[in-house]
Amino acid sequence: MMTSVFMMALFIFVLSIFVGFELIGKIPPTLHTPLMSGANAISGIAIIGALIVSGPREWNLAVILGLLAIVFAMINVVGGFLVTDRMLQMFKKKEEKK
Amino acid sequence: MSTYIPTLIQLSYLVASSCFILGLRYLGSPQTARRGNGLASIGMLIAIVVTLLDKSVLNYEMIFVGMILGSIIGAFSARLVKMTAMPQMVGLFNGFGGIASALVAVAEYLRLVGSTEVIPLNTLLIIFLGLLVGAITFSGSLVAFGKLQGLVRGSPISFPFQQPFNILLVLGFFAGCVFLSFQGVNFPVFVGLIFISTLLGVLFVIAIGGADMPVVISLLNSFSGVAASIAGFLIMNNVLIISGALVGASGLILTQIMCKAMNRPLSNVLFGAFGTGDLDAGAGGVGATDKSVRSIDAEEGSIILAYARSVIVVPGYGMAAAQAQHSVKALADQLEKRGVDVKYAIHPVAGRMPGHMNVLLAEADVPYTQLVDMDDINPEFERTDVVLVIGANDVVNPAARHEQTSPIYGMPILDVDKAQNIIVIKRSLNPGFAGIDNELFYNKKTMMLFGNAKDIVAKLGSEVSQL
Repeated sequence: MMTSVFMMALFIFVLSIFVGFELIGKIPPTLHTPLMSGANAISGIAIIGALIVSGPREWNLAVILGLLAIVFAMINVVGGFLVTDRMLQMFKKKEEKK
Repeated sequence: MSTYIPTLIQLSYLVASSCFILGLRYLGSPQTARRGNGLASIGMLIAIVVTLLDKSVLNYEMIFVGMILGSIIGAFSARLVKMTAMPQMVGLFNGFGGIASALVAVAEYLRLVGSTEVIPLNTLLIIFLGLLVGAITFSGSLVAFGKLQGLVRGSPISFPFQQPFNILLVLGFFAGCVFLSFQGVNFPVFVGLIFISTLLGVLFVIAIGGADMPVVISLLNSFSGVAASIAGFLIMNNVLIISGALVGASGLILTQIMCKAMNRPLSNVLFGAFGTGDLDAGAGGVGATDKSVRSIDAEEGSIILAYARSVIVVPGYGMAAAQAQHSVKALADQLEKRGVDVKYAIHPVAGRMPGHMNVLLAEADVPYTQLVDMDDINPEFERTDVVLVIGANDVVNPAARHEQTSPIYGMPILDVDKAQNIIVIKRSLNPGFAGIDNELFYNKKTMMLFGNAKDIVAKLGSEVSQL
């Protein structure tokens, strides 16, 4: 049972990597930074893991570390998306002018 | 009702994953990029909100405190950061993602140890792996941040027996893992693992020079995705596995693009300790005798620029360091007013992160249609009257084409030496981050304008406007 769940997860992992390669493929250099910083914000998805490990209503080291992870991941998520948007806004302005 | 909640959560995760996939796809084209970023952030919001419905998440007050604290810090830093400081900001955020994943692994280990359950071997291995990748991402990103911010020396830092020492550390890590897998719980050993993985991240990035930062930042970006994916394996959560893998793949693609742009294999970038000075023998390929440079002042420079028909601006890290992008745009406006055709030539690894120059020039309102990639602009240099090199060095060094002993030999460069006139704005004759002398500066067609890029460009702009 345990192995089949694990294998399923492994399949999802490998297939997602292929999807990632296909999705990005050729990208104009103008968008290298926004893509990187947008993807970076997505990697803040670790917040879900942090939420779950800090879920129990008790105080122990595991929960405290989980809460710390929430703070870090949240900085990554909120900061990452906002900064990407700020950059892309600058790119957009020119399009309107043209 | 409550029986439906797990299904609802899983379905929402599916929606969130789809948002990430579409978001990344939209990020690949300038017209849709902003929508893509928005879509990905909506996916993130959905994933976070439904996770709070999970029956194992009860600690609401503290969780909200943590989330609000993180959001405030993130929002403020995103608003306040200067565009020139973007590489270190991205690096820092990246490190935070990495430590979050590492902390999840550590917390999960502590929880399992504290419970009466027997920890399965594969869970343990996932914990170790998550710790390793997460901690390397974290400490590596912090060092990258330090280098970009100027807190740590930008040139590669190496010491004797560096590689053997690193290998020893990796072996030590594995030995610790084996010990913990078969000998049961031992906190000192676990703390040792945390220490080793953090140290590995530091040593890994500290040995890489500033000019190679675009590669390092992309690679660390990839790592942070992989770390999130591993955390997903740990709590068996698909949305983590999928989004982590997507980020891992995108980071890897960028890394590949950067390596290709330098024509160096990744292993050479990571372990080459580029520009340590060992390679002095091949530096430059210019005999000591004909090493004379022609230096001009801003007035002369402005005349040459103003009476040209076509000018190509080649920005480099020096433009970012001096925050000269707005002055550059002002100068270009003045030139265009006089009917000069102005374009920008962007080398893929100019600056300290992928696309660094594009972001800076976009901030200064330069239309991205004027920014031309290396392959497209190279044939145009021959027909160009003046090339204005602003703080770029290695990416315009002709030694890369012919000097086989040069460390940058084989790297595709911008062929600025083919233009009619070359003006180089540079702080001094010091070699660039790669530590290599640049024969372009000694070219007969080259004129050097020494000084701070921002001041010089501003002076050029005002001189041109007075002509």
